[in-house]
Amino acid sequence: MSAAPTVAATERAPPILRVDALKVRYALDGAEIAAVREVSLDVAVGECLGIVGESGSGKSQMVLAALGLLASNARTLGSARFEGKELLGLPLAALNRIRGSKLSMVFQDPMTSLTPHLRIGVQLAEVLVHHAGATWSHAQRAALDMLERVRVPDARRRLRQYPHELSGGMRQRVMIGMSLMCEPKLVIADEPTSALDATVQAQILALLREVRAQSGLSIVLISHDLGAVASLAERIVVMYAGRVVESAPTMELLRAPRHPYTSLLIECAPSLHRPRLDRMPCLLGLPPSPRDAEIGCAFAPRCPRVTDRCRVQRPPLRRIDEVAEVACHHPLAP
Amino acid sequence: MSATLWRGAAERLRANSAAVAAIWLLAILVLLALAAPALNPNSVETLDWSRVAYAPGMAHAHWFGTDRLGRDLFVRTFEGARTSMAVGLVAGAVSLSLGLGFGAIAGYVGGRTDYLMMRIIEILSGLPLVFFVIFLTVVIGRNSYVLYASVVAVGWLTMARIVRGQTLSIRRREFIEAAVAGGAGPVRVIWKHVVPNVLGPVAVYATLMVPQIILFESFLSFLGLGTQEPHASLGTLIAEGAGEMEAAPWILLAPGIFLALLLVSLNVLGDGLRDAFDVRETA
Amino acid sequence: MPRYFLKRLGAAIPTLFIIVTLSFFITRLAPGGPFEEERSLPPEIMANLQRAYGLDQPVWVQYGRYLRAISHGDFGPSFRYKDFTVSELIAQGLPVTLELGSIAMALALAIGIPLGTLAALRRHSATDHVAMSLAVLGIAIPSFVVLPLLGLIFGITLHWLPVAGWEPKSLRYLVLPVIALTLPPLAYIARLTRGGMLETLGSPFIRTARAKGLPLRTIIGRHALRPALVPVAGYLAPAVASIMTGSLVVESIAGLPGVGRYLVQGALNRDYTLVLGMVILYSSVLIGMGLVVDLLHAWLDPRVRFAR
Repeated sequence: MSAAPTVAATERAPPILRVDALKVRYALDGAEIAAVREVSLDVAVGECLGIVGESGSGKSQMVLAALGLLASNARTLGSARFEGKELLGLPLAALNRIRGSKLSMVFQDPMTSLTPHLRIGVQLAEVLVHHAGATWSHAQRAALDMLERVRVPDARRRLRQYPHELSGGMRQRVMIGMSLMCEPKLVIADEPTSALDATVQAQILALLREVRAQSGLSIVLISHDLGAVASLAERIVVMYAGRVVESAPTMELLRAPRHPYTSLLIECAPSLHRPRLDRMPCLLGLPPSPRDAEIGCAFAPRCPRVTDRCRVQRPPLRRIDEVAEVACHHPLAP
Repeated sequence: MSATLWRGAAERLRANSAAVAAIWLLAILVLLALAAPALNPNSVETLDWSRVAYAPGMAHAHWFGTDRLGRDLFVRTFEGARTSMAVGLVAGAVSLSLGLGFGAIAGYVGGRTDYLMMRIIEILSGLPLVFFVIFLTVVIGRNSYVLYASVVAVGWLTMARIVRGQTLSIRRREFIEAAVAGGAGPVRVIWKHVVPNVLGPVAVYATLMVPQIILFESFLSFLGLGTQEPHASLGTLIAEGAGEMEAAPWILLAPGIFLALLLVSLNVLGDGLRDAFDVRETA
Repeated sequence: MPRYFLKRLGAAIPTLFIIVTLSFFITRLAPGGPFEEERSLPPEIMANLQRAYGLDQPVWVQYGRYLRAISHGDFGPSFRYKDFTVSELIAQGLPVTLELGSIAMALALAIGIPLGTLAALRRHSATDHVAMSLAVLGIAIPSFVVLPLLGLIFGITLHWLPVAGWEPKSLRYLVLPVIALTLPPLAYIARLTRGGMLETLGSPFIRTARAKGLPLRTIIGRHALRPALVPVAGYLAPAVASIMTGSLVVESIAGLPGVGRYLVQGALNRDYTLVLGMVILYSSVLIGMGLVVDLLHAWLDPRVRFAR
């Protein structure tokens, strides 16, 4: 069941990305695995949306489905519209015109996500060569400019190097640069900082912030780290077990979370706490497996506010005010 | 190696229709070869001068025809088949034991012994075995012992390498240390602990080794360097048939097809076993 | 990389040397001399023959002389083909064998790699199953079964191609032998390519390439092919060995005047010098090819090439 799009989106231009009742299922050994049970969300033009959730919540699967990057045994249902155009089921040629040019993606581990036997310059330039029909020399010059833009020092030398010759942070800058080569309207960053250590993480987030300020592009930032997302995103969507459980503007979410899961996430996020704590609070238990059937609220086994109703009836995603939604029978008070 | 591993592998094998078909085919071929003398009264040596180079037919007693000397091809083909299969099994068993022993010792003892043994294997692998055999044949003459020794040699090198690799990885595991700490001598440890755990890949490779051996023996026999007259193996029969292709094409067909079917079914079975034991999904 | 090359070269030369030495001494120490079959010769003639072939000298002297001779490319006279030296026979036969073998190798790669790639892209489809079944047949069925059968069908029954024989500039005689020689390595290469391609296509960097909107041919050609071919590169040396052994049989059946056929004849005739020379020739070729192929493998495999 999908909620109506947020007021913010409908007041201005239509959302640059509208995901409607998206479901992703895999058929494996005769059983069906629901990687994404159902997700609906919007990304407004120029907005930075953060998606937060544990691994297995389906946050990556959802965007991969939208871009047609899932394995062949995955079934995607629902809709994902980019600039009004339906992406699911789009023929490959048309999809390839959008991917990498107007809608691009940054992946988690830059060491394995960059082609090991190709030089950095080639991997950057080929985007422009393919999408804009540029010549290689022109594209290589553009690649150089891009490296400087993402603040890779000694850019000319780096162009000729291979991925393994760069540090993790530099590789991620290259990945971001690759995604920006064609001036996209929307960049989806899937755990862009998870493989990096803390200082480098902050630098990469700062880079994303700077890029966004320069060009006004929209960003979807996916992470399990609420702190990282909160530092960049204006609005946050919280996912659990393949569904959206809460969505709200960042400040409001952090100040007054409505869903018990969100509240626990905030407590457990070390980056959000300034005072030192005696003991790190943490979430007990594990999220349900995508293989299991859904009975009642998926968070019920771990929820401190659980009642019998939660165990049998799945709470629908409900709008609670103009800008926020929550899926809970007993949301926290504001 | 737990029982569950074997059971899982057996299940995967059963699900592999190609492998199952191969097992059936193999069974049929073996049965045919063994039962042939009972089915056809002709003897191997009888030279039927009245029916030299006869085409196959059911009317007379020569179902597969006869060769240039009037020998019945049905009986000869299956005698050749028995020879080839026997060589495959016996040489395979010897090769297996040799490779198993050599590899287990090298992997277990390690150190300089291992280094030396590996260098030997490397040098022996330097040249394809065929050339070595040809060389020996020139020097020693066409001798059955040369043939048997070289046929054994086909498989044992790689077997030794595989066993050594497996042994090396197992050696460090706790139960080996426990056994040694318990006072077991190296031979006992190798026999009771290392060998059973190595059996998986060994079984796979052994199944793939048998067709290699049969192929090698047929190859040498084809060239005239293997099985000698009056014994026949599939290789010699095919050589004969190739020579008589224009006049009597049937001489080639029976042994050629039998050998092809035998090798294909063994290979498919070996592939199936390898897929059944190997969890990696690259099939 | 250069250090790797030198290391391999350093291992190759002693191996060749050991092979030459071992071979030589085995021939000299084996029971019975090269002339034992001609026992009917009177003793003086025997002694003359021994002297002419240098067999009356102590073994070490013979060894030294032999080494010096082969460093000049002189492998001595053939014991059976009385009018020819081994070097002459090699010079005659080598071009034929090289032509046969290189065409086979080239075809195996040119057909096997695209076939394997196609099978990987159409995994589990009919194309895949058919291709892989054919591959199994190609690997299992030996060339000395394939070639006569091909000859039977295309030569004797259909009369399209000659079964045996050879003419210097004519390609017709090479068609069937090349096919028989190419099939096993082609099948192997197709299988290996398919496996390597499947594994590579599941890599994260391929997903990145897809997310960049690159067309399939660019993804395969620029991003996937090199890592996918690493197992094929590892197979090249065995492929050469397979083609070398295959050529023995193929040349014998098809009557091609290559070194393979000479070798087989030499073995059957117990022609010592010929076989010795051939064995050294084949060993050098194989070791040389092994070296080339190792270098190729190292270049393709980023783990080796970029090792610190």
